[in-house]
Amino acid sequence: MTQPTIDLPTFDALSTTAGADFVRELVDTFLVEAPAMLDDLRAAYAAGDADTFRRTAHSLKSNSNTFGALTLGKLARDLELGGMAPVREAKGAPLEALEFEYARVATALAELARA
Amino acid sequence: MPDSAHGAARLLVVDDNKVNRLLLTRSLDLMGHRAFAVASGREALEMLRGDGFDLVLLDIEMPEMDGFQVLEQIRGDVALRDVPVIVTSSLEGLDNVVRCIELGAEDYLTKPVNGVLLKARVGASLEKKRLRDQQKALMRRFATPEVAQDLQQGGFSLGGKRVRATVMFSDIRGFTTLAESQPPEETIELLNTYYTLMFDAISGHGGIVSHMAGDGLMAIFGAPLPLPDHAGAAVRSALDMIEMIALFNAEQAAAGKAAIRIGIGIASGDMVAGYTGTNDRATYTCIGDTVNLASRLEAHTKEAERVILIDEATRAALRDGIDVEALGPLTVRGKTQAVDVFAVSVSEV
Repeated sequence: MTQPTIDLPTFDALSTTAGADFVRELVDTFLVEAPAMLDDLRAAYAAGDADTFRRTAHSLKSNSNTFGALTLGKLARDLELGGMAPVREAKGAPLEALEFEYARVATALAELARA
Repeated sequence: MPDSAHGAARLLVVDDNKVNRLLLTRSLDLMGHRAFAVASGREALEMLRGDGFDLVLLDIEMPEMDGFQVLEQIRGDVALRDVPVIVTSSLEGLDNVVRCIELGAEDYLTKPVNGVLLKARVGASLEKKRLRDQQKALMRRFATPEVAQDLQQGGFSLGGKRVRATVMFSDIRGFTTLAESQPPEETIELLNTYYTLMFDAISGHGGIVSHMAGDGLMAIFGAPLPLPDHAGAAVRSALDMIEMIALFNAEQAAAGKAAIRIGIGIASGDMVAGYTGTNDRATYTCIGDTVNLASRLEAHTKEAERVILIDEATRAALRDGIDVEALGPLTVRGKTQAVDVFAVSVSEV
């Protein structure tokens, strides 16, 4: 079952309620904030800081779902609820998957915001 | 003061995530509210303590001080605990929701927050707050700040405790005749002025008005909060009341309107003070022989042709500066033994 990178109904609903101009700004903010979150996640993982790891994954999940980036939201949720152990077991693969998906989301959001 | 009844409400968004902060603030702005945003629990508490807010939208997952801790702090602060809090979180698990509600949150919205739901919940919370503010204002008007504070701090429960205090009864002489001789609107206006003056005189000496009925009122000195010289305070209030009535009568005379006269009965001693009634409708009052005696003394002022009558216990507690005249024993209904009655001397009015 493949999910689109961005769930369009969710994104459109956001644009309708908050206004297209505002959503453009919001996307810009997310594109600045999210890479920092990914860095934080990496750093927390490296430092074994479970609390920051969970909180950062939680924050990323929340923002992803706001824009309709449901796959990214799901990957972040798995990290939030699963903690660092599964990531360690999979030799960091879930983090890479998250970063890869974020790259797709960033491209898609930038396009949608310009549309 | 925040005012949600007219125009924009002041809302505080607390979220460590910038996207969430921007989006929530934007949504609230679009609803016509004035939204402010902070990124941490510590800043939120600072803002709340500095300014009045009508509603807080609070995130849970935050570094340093999380939303649970903010809720605890808000609940522990008398000045803040009435500000409603809606938790907006993407935390999963029913236990988190339950914990927020137990900590005093008014509502819980899952992020991403649905705009329609947000509007409805914010509207409902503000409406509830408006009603609570109204109730508080009403309580202040009718229940005095002392009772209001007692209720806010101790909560409400029926039942009383034994206290040593002074009770005063006062009413307008010949009120029925007065009411019949003038239009009802004028009577209402007269009563309002009368009550305003009497409330000032009573609260000015630390008393509280516990009952009003028609032209009569009952006041308590020494409960719910202890008052060092409750007997003296009650008598000084009575003298102020008489003085205020004299001034009021001078104004009435100048306007060609009727003068009023009042009678006051005061008694001191043990009584049971507390909330009586039902859980839905109750009033702060005092019960006991002392209360009955004060009521009888007030009724006796007409017959004794004196303005202020007090019992022996009140007289014994009086310090210098107040002259009293012994009127001898009086047999009152409900008492097997006659009680000594004293009239407080009033400078000619």
